[in-house]
Amino acid sequence: MKLKEKLIELLLQLFTSVTIFTTIGIIVVLLFESISFFSNVSIIEFFTSTKWTPLFSEKHFGILALASGTILTSLIAIGIALPVGLTIAIYLNMYASKSFRKLIKPFLEILAAIPTVVYGFFALAFVTPVLQEIYPNLETFNSLSAGIVMGIMIIPFISSLSEDALYAVPKSLKEAAFGMGSTRFQTAFKVMVPAASSGIVISVILAISRAIGETMIVAIAAGQQPQFTLNPTIPVQTITSYIVQVSMGDAPQGSLEYQTIFAAGLTLFVFTFLLNSFSFYVKKKYQEKYE
Amino acid sequence: MNNHQKNRIIDLTFKVYGFLFTAISVLILFILLYAIIKAGYSRINWDFLTGLPSRKPENAGIYTAIMGTFYIMVVTLIISIPVGVGAGIYLEEYAKKNGLTNFLEINISNLAGVPSIIYGLLGLGVFVRFFGFGGSILSGALTLSLLILPVIIVATREAIKAVPSSLRDASFAMGASKWQTIQYVVLPTSFGGILTGIILALSRAIGETAPLIVVGAMAYVPFAPKSLFDTFSVLPMQIFTWTTRPQTGFAVAASGAIIILLLITFIMNGIAVYFRNKWQKQLQ
Amino acid sequence: MTDHVKDKELKLPKISAEDVNVFYGDFQAIKNISMDINSNTVTAFIGPSGCGKSTFLRLFNRMNDYVEGFRMEGKIKIDDNNIYKKKVHVEELRKKVGMVFQKPNPFPKSIYENVAYGLKIQGISNKKIIDERVETALKQADLWKEAKDNLNKSALALSGGQQQRLCIARTLAVEPSIILMDEPTSALDPISTTRIEELIFELKSNYTIVIVTHNMQQAGRISDNTGFFYLGELIEYKNTKDLFTNPKNTKTENYISGRFG
Repeated sequence: MKLKEKLIELLLQLFTSVTIFTTIGIIVVLLFESISFFSNVSIIEFFTSTKWTPLFSEKHFGILALASGTILTSLIAIGIALPVGLTIAIYLNMYASKSFRKLIKPFLEILAAIPTVVYGFFALAFVTPVLQEIYPNLETFNSLSAGIVMGIMIIPFISSLSEDALYAVPKSLKEAAFGMGSTRFQTAFKVMVPAASSGIVISVILAISRAIGETMIVAIAAGQQPQFTLNPTIPVQTITSYIVQVSMGDAPQGSLEYQTIFAAGLTLFVFTFLLNSFSFYVKKKYQEKYE
Repeated sequence: MNNHQKNRIIDLTFKVYGFLFTAISVLILFILLYAIIKAGYSRINWDFLTGLPSRKPENAGIYTAIMGTFYIMVVTLIISIPVGVGAGIYLEEYAKKNGLTNFLEINISNLAGVPSIIYGLLGLGVFVRFFGFGGSILSGALTLSLLILPVIIVATREAIKAVPSSLRDASFAMGASKWQTIQYVVLPTSFGGILTGIILALSRAIGETAPLIVVGAMAYVPFAPKSLFDTFSVLPMQIFTWTTRPQTGFAVAASGAIIILLLITFIMNGIAVYFRNKWQKQLQ
Repeated sequence: MTDHVKDKELKLPKISAEDVNVFYGDFQAIKNISMDINSNTVTAFIGPSGCGKSTFLRLFNRMNDYVEGFRMEGKIKIDDNNIYKKKVHVEELRKKVGMVFQKPNPFPKSIYENVAYGLKIQGISNKKIIDERVETALKQADLWKEAKDNLNKSALALSGGQQQRLCIARTLAVEPSIILMDEPTSALDPISTTRIEELIFELKSNYTIVIVTHNMQQAGRISDNTGFFYLGELIEYKNTKDLFTNPKNTKTENYISGRFG
């Protein structure tokens, strides 16, 4: 009996350790292939060149060309999702009636549950043509359409996490502000948002991290051309869509082409790891604020 | 206009904006659904569901993709449920509050934030190449299992946390061992919550495309998979390959496949919400 | 209402409630209450939990407006104006009718910012005026000595009693004429409670104060008039000393003699 209990505990411990091995696995795989990559390509070129052409005969390995695509699409996405998501959170928390909130929240959840490949198709087949009506010079593949749709996809993340943060602010603060004669707008922006700021910041960081790692929308709608640019109307390639492009082909193991996706992946992993760590730090630091 | 009136106008203006933003977000959801259904409903029929992929868009079906999705999901569940639920039980019921546990928790929350395509690279490096499983059902399922593990662990922990400690005490007081208490009291009571988490995790896995592309899901698979080591395609992969084709016929086929994918996703989310509500009522 | 406070003077009551009924959905929280409250008095509302005294207090600055399912009948007049008329702006009303809550609820800002908050939302931006009003308010609230060197410190670093005096200062800074207090000392220790009671006594000369309290001794110590609430009704309302020494209603008598509560 005693032995059985012990064995079960050991088994559960083993299952838990899978999570550690996952992290180790990610780091080892990314580093292992990246080290071979950097034995062939100089790190200086990787971080300073603005051309990314590993699949051409004249090869350049400047991650900036891919990073700029990632940053551009993410900026557009956050530019949409932050104001809209935060406004929705404040509206639902401060203005909307309970019944309206109950009605609307499932729809926002659905928005978050739609597979990203669907959003990608929506961007390419529906949003881009509409944008082209307004701005005819917009190319078929562009970061504007991909960024906008990605923004729509992450609205629910910001709105629901920010609303949770606003909801966690003690009711007494809201009452104090109302009691002083504040309008709902003043209460929201002078009291509630500052008090919930750490939660809101975390929601935005997670949204950024989500946008940077998003793959299918950009792979479908933003194009496959690495360009060091901030022009939203032309095709770009992000780190993620480059990995997809190479994976759709058949890069033999050990080839430089094969290694590039791990070097690109490592860059992406570091990006998101830093963002996630920062949000974790914010959470820990401000958690005590209201006990 | 005095200051007071100004404040009122700002307040009202924001109220209007807030309502508009909320309404527009929901409206976009309906536009998306409408546009896709309009474009793809004509393809929804038995031939489409049972047809093999084809170079001709009007003949192309999604049979192999659906079967691929089905097999991948079954294997993913077989792997991820014991591991995820087990880890959740361990962290909630066994782990002591110390540095190691703290580290495990941070690590899991970090894993939840790792982009899915990175899991694809992990699967490619470890399962496809190192273990030599190739671009198979097994590699794909192992990769997706790791991807959804954090979701299942977190859901399991939340569900177990909601079990009143009085129930645990009662079981212990009757002389039950720790595992007996977990087996007969904790798990049955938290079952609804854990199930909800598993269904939501699965619904996320069904829509995942990027990691499976990296692991080697095929754009064109003429046969339904028969063993763990067969090559595969999945529904979102099929949609992706069709969206990259220039012929408009493939866009129609993609819309049709999206309707099926969304249907599966929504049904699973609906089931999850149903179980969640039922479970929460039961707990009260 | 039989035992009305006798007010021989002809001046109007500061607050006047006429046939007030309050409903939350199907539940009736206030049953046909009428009452007058005079200027520069302290009025205490007592009664067991859930008797409606807090709900009634919150009618005076319309804090119940945000409660789901709230509905009111009757009139509440302040300075002879019905505050539930359509045209009334709630925000403006609340600058006239300040409120101090049960638990000290300073904003997570500095002491100075807390007191200046009400002025800033009114659009006052002149630093000199704000400085002056902050100082006056803190002095009135008996917090100036302790706080004058720490004005930029977080209000959350103050003790519970100091926080509550800060909340009073915050209310005073916007120069209301009525102050509502909803069990302001129930979360405080006896010494802090005494300081706040002394403060209430001093403020009476300039403000009309209505206080909800669980503590009958407190009502006896600080109030001029006392109303006893029971199950949404105003059972008895008169001069405090009178109510405590000579209650007319047996429910009042039972309550103040501690037989239930």
